[in-house]
Amino acid sequence: MADVKLANISKKFGAHTALSGLDLDIASGEFFVLLGPTGAGKTTTLRLIAGLDRPNGGSIAIDGQDVLGWSAAERDVALVFQYYSLYPHYTVRQNLEFPLKSKVRRLSQPDIDQRVAKASKTLRIEHLLERKTDRLSGGEMQRVSIGRAIVREPRVFLMDEPLSNLDAKLRELLRAELKDLQMKLGATFLYVTHDQVEAMSMGDKVGVLNQGRIIQVGTPQQIYNRPRDTFVATFVGSPTMNLHQASLANGRAVIVPGKLEVPLDGGGGVTGGGLPGTVMLGVRSEDIIVGPNETVEARVHGVENQGVEKVVTLRVDDCLLKATVPARLAIGIDATARFSFKREKLHWFDAGSGLNLFYGKERENG
Amino acid sequence: MADIVLRDVEKYFGDNYIIRKLNLEIRNREFVVLLGPSGCGKTTTLRAIAGLEEIDTGDILIDGKPVQALQAADRDIAFVFQLYALYPHLTAYENIAFPLRAMNESKETVDQRVREAAAALRIGHLLDKRPSALSGGDLQRVAIGRALVRRPKALLMDEPIGALDAKLREEMRTELKRLHIENGATTVYVTHDQVEAMSMADRIAIMNDGVLQQVGTPTEVYQHPQNLFVAQFIGSPIMNVVNAVARPGDGGTKVILGDNDATLDFPQKLYHLVVEKKHAEDELAIGVRPEGVLVAHSRSAGYIPMEAHIIEPLGPFDIVDLKAGTQMLRARTPSGFVAKAGDVVWVKLDETQTHFFSTRSGESLQIRL
Repeated sequence: MADVKLANISKKFGAHTALSGLDLDIASGEFFVLLGPTGAGKTTTLRLIAGLDRPNGGSIAIDGQDVLGWSAAERDVALVFQYYSLYPHYTVRQNLEFPLKSKVRRLSQPDIDQRVAKASKTLRIEHLLERKTDRLSGGEMQRVSIGRAIVREPRVFLMDEPLSNLDAKLRELLRAELKDLQMKLGATFLYVTHDQVEAMSMGDKVGVLNQGRIIQVGTPQQIYNRPRDTFVATFVGSPTMNLHQASLANGRAVIVPGKLEVPLDGGGGVTGGGLPGTVMLGVRSEDIIVGPNETVEARVHGVENQGVEKVVTLRVDDCLLKATVPARLAIGIDATARFSFKREKLHWFDAGSGLNLFYGKERENG
Repeated sequence: MADIVLRDVEKYFGDNYIIRKLNLEIRNREFVVLLGPSGCGKTTTLRAIAGLEEIDTGDILIDGKPVQALQAADRDIAFVFQLYALYPHLTAYENIAFPLRAMNESKETVDQRVREAAAALRIGHLLDKRPSALSGGDLQRVAIGRALVRRPKALLMDEPIGALDAKLREEMRTELKRLHIENGATTVYVTHDQVEAMSMADRIAIMNDGVLQQVGTPTEVYQHPQNLFVAQFIGSPIMNVVNAVARPGDGGTKVILGDNDATLDFPQKLYHLVVEKKHAEDELAIGVRPEGVLVAHSRSAGYIPMEAHIIEPLGPFDIVDLKAGTQMLRARTPSGFVAKAGDVVWVKLDETQTHFFSTRSGESLQIRL
């Protein structure tokens, strides 16, 4: 297993800049998820590491060695794609054996047998070995694709949205399986996805990518609890973080004048000192408390049943806020409700740049 | 406004049933979601109501009148598809106005209705734009506007937000529900996404393989699934289901999971109920949602030790995979409750949230503790 280091990578396609100033540090044995929307540069990054494309600038090192001059085969990394790319007329066993019979690394038949046996046991596809791949379900095909990567025992696994073609239930199942697999193999995984749930649930570390730049790298908890800017704040988490503009006046952050205001009295560690005149105030749905004795009055604009809990949309004039409440709380559409913010859980962003005003800093009261 | 009744509706293709003995009553002003995996017959059902698909047997009644004889255009129903199907050369205004112009409405009526619909959908500022200049969400708003402007008796929607990204879907869910409350048209909505169904429906009709599995409010289908299919199709993370044997013992019921993987204590009542229902005590499957798996740091009565295998942090809470022999139970815990994989925690199933199914039929035994 190996670590991967990208430094100051840039990549252009014609006039379009796909990546710029990209640094990435993936430790050996780490499950690293690169998360971002379509067009962020995730797949481009994978292809550069795999050696399928060359960067316009910067360096790529695997296991401490500069690999820019190396061919894809020499880099000894394995790619798993969203589409399974199996040979349809061959059996699962033949598909698994195939990468071990290439000219570059031809193994003896006993070695091949041993590796195929081990990989198919790990992925629980032993009973499928003699079946042709066009007779497999989507989940089975993706397991075989991953098996083709495993048998090679590569230094790094690169995965490009491998679960996005599967239905929701299967995705949920395979998420846990993939994480389990990575832990068992102790392998370095670089996993690309646009799905924040996958990133949160599987990653040891998550790198959030937008428009060719890394915005933030951290553990799932760091990304969720201390987002660097409004992009990360709203991209990660479901329901989406509530985000509203507030103007600071007379010691209060005012979202809806006279109705929805947050006093800047040091509660939640914020006094307003050093803050700009206008901020974007963020609050996650679970950090809004709904109850009869809370401070702000609102109309119930919508109620979504989500089984274990409800997501309630609260309206104060034109300002809409989503709050998560227990399923047993009786609350009807168009009724009046009261709520408060958990003050210490508010996120304060610069209204212009979107940057978290407290990122990397302690608040006044911790 | 209208009620819609489907009575013994069947459709087959050779020997294959697309829809089998479907009975469903949709009340005036109700929002009903047809939910199921691809190929379950939900879209065919919707198309049959719209008159776009012929049925082989049964009746479809709108406001008490059979509608098979009517042309789709005469059923006074509006249809919204996943793909927007707008006229690319017309502005948003003209797209919305199109059905009214086809009905030869006066210029004033057209203008008034288009502006009303646009205001409800918050696209008043986009009326001069052509589809190519609009985002996915706005395109779908225009398509819905075009459907609403006729003031149809019923609104049928086939995965209308399925092609949008996750954030926009979340927003559109609230908007569509709000729109329904305001315009009150009877709505039948097709989706494969249980989150959409749970969050928008007055009632959900769950289908699989052409067969209606259960009809109920979101709370009913979540808390009292009729069978294993519904139990595992509704809710995320998926409900844990483990084969089990119930035996009397120690003044209670011993529930032995899987191949002797773990033994859990349940009230005596459980064994009696299984016997009372004349159900074989070794043909049980127990189902429990992750929030029904109670996890504690220290030992207490009724709790058994299990090792945490994988921890999935999802933000406000974690999903923890717990190892019970060869079985895996997923629990929902507060964020950070189990510090790391490999830790041993104490586990109990909340009996009021545990479901009992027959492994033979997959049906719920209707045992509520």
